[in-house]
Amino acid sequence: MTTIQQPGSELPLQQLESVVIRFAGDSGDGMQITGSQFTMTSALVGNDLATLPDFPAEIRAPVGTRPGVSGFQLQFSANDIHTPGDAPDVLVAMNPAALVVNLSTLKPGGLVVVNTGSFKATDLRKARLETNPLEDGSLDGFRVIPVDINQRILDALADSELSKKDKARCKNFYTLGLMYWVYSRPLETTMEWLAVKFAKKPDLVDANQKALQAGYNAGDIHELFQGRYEVPKTDALPAGTYRNINGNQAVALGVVAGAQLAGLRPVLGSYPITPASTILEELAALKRFGVITMQLEDEIAAVCAAIGASFAGCLGVTSTSGPGMALKGEAMGLAVSAELPLLILDIQRAGPSTGMPTKVEQSDLLQAVFGRNGDTPMPVLAASSPADALEVTIDACRIAVEFMTPVIFLSDNFIANGSEPWLLPDLDTLKEFPVEFATNPEGHQTYKRDGKGSRPWVKPGTPNMAFRIGGLEKDTDGNISYDPDNHQSMTDQRHQKVQNVANTYPPTEVVGETKGDLLVLGWGSSKGIITQATIDSRQAGRRVSRVHLRNVWPLPNDLDEVFDGFKAILVPEMNVGQLARVLRSEMPHHNFISYSKVTGQPFLVSEITEKIATILEN
Amino acid sequence: MSNQATLTKKDFQSDQEVRWCPGCGDYVILSAIQKHMAEVGADPSKVVFVSGIGCSSRFPYYMNTYGFHTIHGRAPAFATGIKAANPELDVWLVTGDGDAMSIGGNHFIHALRRNLNMNVLMFNNQIYGLTKGQYSPTSPEGKKTKTSPMGAIDRPFNPISLALGANGTFAARTLDTDSKHMAKVFSAAHNHQGAAFVEILQNCVIFNKDFYNDTVAKDVRAEKTIDLIPGEKMIFGTESEKGLRVNGWDVEVCSAEEADVWDPGTDSSAPAFLMSQMDDDPNLPMPLGIFRQVEATCYDKAVNQQIDEAVANEGPGDLKELIWSGNCWEID
Repeated sequence: MTTIQQPGSELPLQQLESVVIRFAGDSGDGMQITGSQFTMTSALVGNDLATLPDFPAEIRAPVGTRPGVSGFQLQFSANDIHTPGDAPDVLVAMNPAALVVNLSTLKPGGLVVVNTGSFKATDLRKARLETNPLEDGSLDGFRVIPVDINQRILDALADSELSKKDKARCKNFYTLGLMYWVYSRPLETTMEWLAVKFAKKPDLVDANQKALQAGYNAGDIHELFQGRYEVPKTDALPAGTYRNINGNQAVALGVVAGAQLAGLRPVLGSYPITPASTILEELAALKRFGVITMQLEDEIAAVCAAIGASFAGCLGVTSTSGPGMALKGEAMGLAVSAELPLLILDIQRAGPSTGMPTKVEQSDLLQAVFGRNGDTPMPVLAASSPADALEVTIDACRIAVEFMTPVIFLSDNFIANGSEPWLLPDLDTLKEFPVEFATNPEGHQTYKRDGKGSRPWVKPGTPNMAFRIGGLEKDTDGNISYDPDNHQSMTDQRHQKVQNVANTYPPTEVVGETKGDLLVLGWGSSKGIITQATIDSRQAGRRVSRVHLRNVWPLPNDLDEVFDGFKAILVPEMNVGQLARVLRSEMPHHNFISYSKVTGQPFLVSEITEKIATILEN
Repeated sequence: MSNQATLTKKDFQSDQEVRWCPGCGDYVILSAIQKHMAEVGADPSKVVFVSGIGCSSRFPYYMNTYGFHTIHGRAPAFATGIKAANPELDVWLVTGDGDAMSIGGNHFIHALRRNLNMNVLMFNNQIYGLTKGQYSPTSPEGKKTKTSPMGAIDRPFNPISLALGANGTFAARTLDTDSKHMAKVFSAAHNHQGAAFVEILQNCVIFNKDFYNDTVAKDVRAEKTIDLIPGEKMIFGTESEKGLRVNGWDVEVCSAEEADVWDPGTDSSAPAFLMSQMDDDPNLPMPLGIFRQVEATCYDKAVNQQIDEAVANEGPGDLKELIWSGNCWEID
């Protein structure tokens, strides 16, 4: 850490490599906006970053209660980082509940910026606290910056015509301004965002901008802090143009891009469900791209409409989460039987049943791979980060149309709402996979297969090609058949077709040595955490490598060979070991060690490194 | 369509052997539809028959057009996707009382309220046929079946009332024993721009044989039914001597001279609803014909219009521009 003097300020400016900050408040306090604004500004400053939004399912849980706490954690760094950080360096707590819920995760000696205006007896009672944590020693060992933000915001907006209640609602921007000052961030991005966001309500633009500026000024005026910090721009990221993207935005872009590469119109049938709803919202705003979005009456109708669109010659897509995918199961089976392309976007959340809709889990894997009646094979892909979601979505589109099959794309709440700097792709490098519809009746059969095992796609409206298909078993001509040999053959053909998808994968990439004591095999959103954990473990001298699976089903052909290089394979998953179960059944001769976490929170890097250490020391 | 003008009914028959029970009402309906298609000069390559599950839902296999035999109750949702994806297609939905009113009730009402431009043919035999004779959501109270040995205790749906309640823009009823009436109703439905719901009373000769004979058998039909013909007086009876008129909130029998002229296009669907509820009154005839016929925006058209509008207002989407939008920054 170096210390330099910033011109015009009496306070020293300290350079830091990385900071983990967690904003926490009531669900009505605007913490998600505060966090995402800090993220945006940090991105534009040139930091690498990763975020972890953590909010309750209730839109407004009872004010001031522990279940109502909404948090947003981000790590911004001058280095290459992979996670939002295990433990925050800084906790910004807007009320007692936010403080007590998050305090245990804070680093020892960490900074607590606390809104003392919300620590009255009633506030403490709502948080079910018998004593005031500001006074009872709870904060011993932390650096505490007490600020009566409730009062400060009223003072700052004394001249405003807004009601007291509306003024109070600006306190998140005061807080944001204060943190911008502490970390030497510019105000412009948020100032501009406010001007656009409240364009129709100039008094709100004015009040929130004043609040932001007042918070920033407070850093100087009130001498709350002993110093300011700076996290320089990173040089770890490859050169290019970047923007921030969250997983659901990336998926929406991926659907548009994937359909364009296939030369098809994308048709999304969906039903709102947390945390997938924003995919429907994003795509509904892209009508100028020819995207059809339909908000149907339920999950089942949503997938059926998407399949109908594919039948009609478009790329049918449906977006949902675990409970919704369960409802779609029967229709997905029809798409397997009819052999129509379909993209099922499952943004997983904690289950079973309604579970914890806003919390992260990877527990739909077995449902995705196996969860349907009959022998109903289907390719399954999983995104590993917000930026990766775009590429994976495009690849899912490719598989769907090349193999005439429904494809499941798995993401989760961590990816869907988390964001990261995204190196904008060169669109010209994306490979097209144009669909050719069958138009020639000569020698045509509805289920005549090509070398990949795929059948021809006929668009209704094409002369002399009329056909009838459905969920009943059929023969190669598409006619209903209950013939025993035919059913055996068609079942085998459908199975083989999906297995053939694995022939199109690139070779599995092993990060680290291809031989060693332990391979960490991950899938989905834990990639960043596993990456950091394996880097740390190798630095500690351990012979650990990692592989991250994009294609969960069918498994890559070369995986068995990759596994041969390691004594054991650690499979960390936010479920009770679902991928490990699949691997054990497919490749029983390898030593798989399942590491399960189902708290609704991502793994910590330290949890993985400790697990690695434990395995290798025994 | 001009080059298709010479097609005959036979051209709409597929090469598949029709496998309904001998004497099933479905045969006559199939024949009537094939005939209708030939008569209007339909282009088989533009026609899609979509069905769910049940005896009636085998229908698409027997039409020499595009066909999609889907899953139980969900055909309206598949049809929604097909029609939105390509509004040029002439979409026909074939369903039954169990498929449409029970497992698919939700999709049925939503397809009607969205007013998808398609035809919905619901074969109503008041029984589950394919699963061998259980009571259906249109079976009358007290109906004894294998799953209701002491009589069904469910109150049945009135399909026309349900369609009207769902804000359907076209609702009609016809009869499998009357090819001429079917032809007339199918024509009106086909011409209607919007979701055209047609309830076809259909005889299940195995599990609910002649269930409708008290009302529609040749010898009683003139007295027990009335044909609702738009713009014509509501007249029935063996000698066409009786009529219907609306009196306050009720419908009553009057002389033919005093009969009201039937208008299925009133602003309110209340008159049509009154007619649909006559089924339950033993003193009034059961209406066949066209209950409701009004115009409204079609969902499939509107979906595509919004896209045209967005393209006209904002220009066609440019993926590169989209990806490079928002707050971008450079790293050297």
